[in-house]
Amino acid sequence: MTAPAIEDLLRELTPQVLGALIRRYGRFEECEDAVQEAVLAAAVQWPAEGVPDNPRGWLVAVASRRLIDQMRSDHARREREWATAAEAAPAEAAPEVPDIDDTLVLLFLCCHPTLTPASQTALTLRAVGGLTTAEIARAFLVPDATMAARISRAKQRIRAAGSSFRLPDGAEREERLRVVLHVLYLIFNEGYTASSGSELHRADLAHEAIRLTRMVHTQLPEDGEVTGLLALMLLTHARRTARTTAAGDLVPLDEQDRTKWDRGLIGEGLELIKASLAGSTLGPYQLQAAIAATHADAATATETNWPQVHALYLILERIAPNPMVTLNRAIALAEIEGPPAGLALLSTLDSDERMAGHHRLLSVRAHLLERTGDAAGAYEHYRRAAKSTASIAEQRYLESRASRVRT
Amino acid sequence: MQFLIGMHINPAVLDALTDEEKAAIGEGHGTFIEALKESGELITTQALVDPSQAAVVSVRNGQPVVTDGPFLESKEYLGGFYLIDCENKERAIELAAQIPDAAIEGLGIEVRQVMFADGQLEA
Repeated sequence: MTAPAIEDLLRELTPQVLGALIRRYGRFEECEDAVQEAVLAAAVQWPAEGVPDNPRGWLVAVASRRLIDQMRSDHARREREWATAAEAAPAEAAPEVPDIDDTLVLLFLCCHPTLTPASQTALTLRAVGGLTTAEIARAFLVPDATMAARISRAKQRIRAAGSSFRLPDGAEREERLRVVLHVLYLIFNEGYTASSGSELHRADLAHEAIRLTRMVHTQLPEDGEVTGLLALMLLTHARRTARTTAAGDLVPLDEQDRTKWDRGLIGEGLELIKASLAGSTLGPYQLQAAIAATHADAATATETNWPQVHALYLILERIAPNPMVTLNRAIALAEIEGPPAGLALLSTLDSDERMAGHHRLLSVRAHLLERTGDAAGAYEHYRRAAKSTASIAEQRYLESRASRVRT
Repeated sequence: MQFLIGMHINPAVLDALTDEEKAAIGEGHGTFIEALKESGELITTQALVDPSQAAVVSVRNGQPVVTDGPFLESKEYLGGFYLIDCENKERAIELAAQIPDAAIEGLGIEVRQVMFADGQLEA
């Protein structure tokens, strides 16, 4: 087995091994550390010595030993507490591993509502995604120590919250699943919007988010929002190579070379979203995926079915009101009824303090002003938008638009 | 999101503080650093030497010219900074408010988001 194949296998096994350990010993915090160590050991040993016949059993056995060693080295009170567990642990033989996939339970735990999104994200990537702390730190451009502290704090909080290792029921499950999906969405966006620095590492986050969302989808194939999120990611990810030039400049949707869009991902995304729209009640991810699907259906930007995009944004605005959705609807409206209609809708956002001075509002207004022929207004808004963004790629794009309307 | 919290100091204001007040500032920074480390939000923090020690470098006709600093003719100077990684701007502001300097008239705490980063993060 090649090193990348081994890495994939380890990533896949991480949540299963961790689940097995927690089921046997409890204590998410310590088990998670032990599994991370076992995975690191496997990453060193397996490429050289070959993958064991039962890789999952191997990892469970090694992680169990690490866990017990760690507990033994702790002070006496803890040692007594863990003596029973140590006796029950096998020395070499592969222990039995439950058949149930604990991935979902773990995801619920890592996305515990008492944690901040940054902590949920980091912990999910480590405990469920099987990434090392160093890899996560690189992806988020922070030092290892910063990320290690964040993960350890997150685990302490989960322990303090007294969360049990089981799937929540009923309404709580529904609510917690929304948090899980939001975290996966954040991971995806972090990778997708990568614009500077270690771009490659960050792009990996988009892959990782898709992989994790696929796992959730396998477990909950009937959930429309899970399907919707997966479709949204695939349809968005399909555009990644068309989204920037070789020099790293942003290419807006209407100027993208659509032959560069990944047809395989689009096909899969379209199929998922069609199936989900036919089935369940509509949610925000399904609607966003349906919008992405509408764009994917158009061979050229001019063939875009804007009335459909607008209608979908309208529904989205009703079920999940958000100024960003209204902003996007204004773009669609401008395509159907002309830029003045779009500008009129934008003006309803001026009093929204969440949008005051937001670069997206400024740049959409600049685009629409440009199309009405108001070059001076467009120039001013492009310049203000360029000053307001924290993304260098976006700033370069907005500045180039500004100089284009000036001449 | 990463933010640089810049601490603009005024040497005259600092000199006018009592020893107790100075000690309290030092302790306040110590507590703040520990809390930031524990929460996993600190990237790095550095304090700079007195502005009188600054050298201003320019190149004229291809030749470097070095003069005594500081460059800015101001009563306030950058005295140091915290580079943090936190949830959002609101959190950065909440953290900035915990810096002892923020409570002293004449000292300035400024929060600015990082736009580009590269290089070794492990100092």
